[in-house]
Amino acid sequence: MLRNVCHSVLDTESNGYDYNNSRWIPACARMTRNSVLIIGLVLSLFVSTSNVLASEWTGYSAAEYRYFQHQSLNSDPEQHDLSFVLAPEFYHEWDEGRQSLIIAPFLRIDSEDAERTHADLREARWLLSEDDWELQLGVGKVYWGVTESQHLVDVINQTDLVENSDTEDKLGQPMINLSLFQDWGTVDLFVLPYFRERTFAGKEGRLRSQLVVDTDKAHYESGAKQHHVDLAIRWSHSIGDWDMALSHFYGTNREPVLQINQTFTALNPYYEIMNQTGFELQNTTEAWLWKLEAIRRETSSETFTALTGGFEYTFYGVFDSDLDVGLIGEYLFDDRNDELATPFEDDVMIGTRITWNDEQSSELLLGVIQDLDSSDAAWNIEASRRLGNHWKASLEGRFFSVDETQSALYQIRADDYIQLEFARYF
Amino acid sequence: MRSWMITLILLLGLLPIAQAETAEEKGLSIIVESDNRDKGWQDSSADMLMTLRNKKGRESIREIRVKNLEVEGDGDKGLTVFDRPRDVKGTAFLTYSHALVPDEQWIFLPALKRVKRISSSNKSGPFMGSEFAYEDISSFEVEKYSYVYLRDEVLDGEDCFVLETRPLYKHSGYTKSTVWIDKAEYRIQKIDFYDRKDSLLKIQRFSDYQQYLGRYWRAHTMVMENQQNGKSTTLKWSNYTFQAGLTDKDFEKNDLKRQR
Repeated sequence: MLRNVCHSVLDTESNGYDYNNSRWIPACARMTRNSVLIIGLVLSLFVSTSNVLASEWTGYSAAEYRYFQHQSLNSDPEQHDLSFVLAPEFYHEWDEGRQSLIIAPFLRIDSEDAERTHADLREARWLLSEDDWELQLGVGKVYWGVTESQHLVDVINQTDLVENSDTEDKLGQPMINLSLFQDWGTVDLFVLPYFRERTFAGKEGRLRSQLVVDTDKAHYESGAKQHHVDLAIRWSHSIGDWDMALSHFYGTNREPVLQINQTFTALNPYYEIMNQTGFELQNTTEAWLWKLEAIRRETSSETFTALTGGFEYTFYGVFDSDLDVGLIGEYLFDDRNDELATPFEDDVMIGTRITWNDEQSSELLLGVIQDLDSSDAAWNIEASRRLGNHWKASLEGRFFSVDETQSALYQIRADDYIQLEFARYF
Repeated sequence: MRSWMITLILLLGLLPIAQAETAEEKGLSIIVESDNRDKGWQDSSADMLMTLRNKKGRESIREIRVKNLEVEGDGDKGLTVFDRPRDVKGTAFLTYSHALVPDEQWIFLPALKRVKRISSSNKSGPFMGSEFAYEDISSFEVEKYSYVYLRDEVLDGEDCFVLETRPLYKHSGYTKSTVWIDKAEYRIQKIDFYDRKDSLLKIQRFSDYQQYLGRYWRAHTMVMENQQNGKSTTLKWSNYTFQAGLTDKDFEKNDLKRQR
C-alpha cells in the first residue's frame, strides 16, 4: 500500500512542474524501506499472536473554494481557486494496544497553482508504548507550544505553507522519537534523519512574493544537505495549575533564508544549521489561561530572541445561553526588530473565540494582529459547523492592511481572500 | 439521690435529641451509604452511545469511549475519547476531578496533534451539544453537594428515598436537584434539575441497571429530557469492564496522543 502512496506522490509531482521529482525519490525509497520493515513486523506479530486485532480506515475528503478579493499584483494568478483534498488514514493496533501503526497520506489537487497540487505522507509510523517509555519510528507529526497567534517553539515538522498561510499545516517528518515518562516530567528525544523542504506557492499561486521561490534550487549550509541528522530534546511537565516545557533543537532551520538568484528572476531557499532553545509556560486558573512561548535561535547569520505571551479568558454561558465567548490577547516580540525577517516583531493580537455548544459544534474565531510601530494589520476569521453526522462546512478569511513596504507582509497585501470548504469525514 | 435524679432527667432529655436525625443528617447518611457501596471498583472502562434528539425528532449520534480510575480521597481520573461524529474522531479529554477545587483538564486535538490544557470552569455548558452538562457527567464526590432528606416515595414500583441536593462547587447551572435513590440497592433512579431561576430544567432517568463484580451497579440507559426546550439525549452504555489493572500511568497527558 505504501508503495502505491509513494507512486502517487511521484505521479502528482510530475503531473505538476516536475517539481522536486529527484528529491522525492530518496524520501520515498527511505519510507518504503522503513515500511517494508514495519509491515514485516506487523505480519510476524499477526501470525504469532492470537489477540484480537483492530484496524480501521478513517479520514476525510474536501472541496475548497477560495475567492481573492483583488486581482493579483503579479500577472499570472487568478482570483478564483478551486481545490480538492483526499486525506485517508489507516490505523492498526495489536499486542493489546501496545503497538500500533498509522499510515496517513495526503493529496491536494489545485485548479490554479501547480505547487499547491501536492501529495505528502503526513504519517507512516510504528509506535511501541510501554508503561515508562514509548518509541515512535517512521514519519510522524509533533506539536509543541501553547500560544494561538504564532507557534515559535514548534520546530519538529516543516510547514506546508501552500496549504495555509497560518503555518499550522505540517509535512510529515521522518523520525525516531523516544519518550521517557518520569515523575519529574516527560523527556522526548528525537533523531530526525531527513529534512523536508518548505513548500511555497508557485507562479500561478496567490499568497506569494513578487519573485517566485524556486524550490528546485534549495541549497544548504550543511554538506549533508537534506540528510543532515537533526537532534532535539524536550522536557515537559505539569505541576498543579502550571504546564511547562523546555526544549532544544539542533539541525536544519525549518525557515529558509530567501536569496535572490543571479538573474534576479527568482528566490532560492537557503537552509542554515540552527540551535534553538524554546520555553513554554501556561497557567490555568479558573477561566483564565496565561501563556508564554519564547525562543532563542542561533544560526551562522544571526542570533535572536522572540516571544509570544498573553491570555485567553472565557465567559461561559453568556446571558444564560449555551454560548461561550473567549477573549484572546497576545503580545508578539522579536528582538531583530526587522519587519522583513518577521512582521511580528512588536505586535498585538486581539481575538475572540465563540463556541455555540450546539449539536453542530458551531465555532467562530476572529482575530487581528496589529503592528505597534505602524498601521499594518492582518485580520483573520475562521468559522465551522458540522452538517449532519459526516459533513463539515468551514469558512476562512484573511485580510491584510499593509502599507509598510519594508514588511514581509507587503508582498501579499493584495491577497485578501475568503475561503469555503466542505469536507466529508469517513 | 439528688444527683441520680438529675442524671435521669438529663438522660431523658437527651434521648430524643440523639435519636431524631435531622433531615440534613438523614440525607447525608443516605448519600454516604450509596457512595460507600460504590467504593473499591479501582478502574473501569465502557463505551457510550449518545443519541441527541431535537424537538422535531431529528437524531444525531456520538460514540465515545470512557476510562475511569478511582482515586481514594480525591476525585476520579477520567479519559474520554471520541469515535463519532467523524470530524472529531480521536479528540480526547483527560480530567483529574476534585471535589471543590477546580478539576484539571486537557484536550487532545488530533488534526494539529496538539495537547492543550483547558479551563474546567465550564460546568454548566452542554457536553457535545447534548442535554447533558459537563457537571452531569463528571465524577461524583460526596463533598460536592449539601443534602436534605425530603420523603419516601414509590417510583415505578421501587421504594425510594427522595433527597434534595444543592451544589457547593462554583459555576453550577443549578440551584438544586431532587434525587430518587432506591432503598434496596441505593442506586440513583431519577434526578430533577432546577435551573438558576429555580424552575424545572431537566429530568434524568436511570435504567437497565446491571451489577458487576457482584457489587457495583451501573445504569446502562440514561435519558435526559429538557423540560424547557423539548430536546432529549439518551446515553446507552455497553462493554463495561472493571479492574483491568489500569494505573495512574494510563491517565497522563502523554496518553492522550495515542488514544484511538
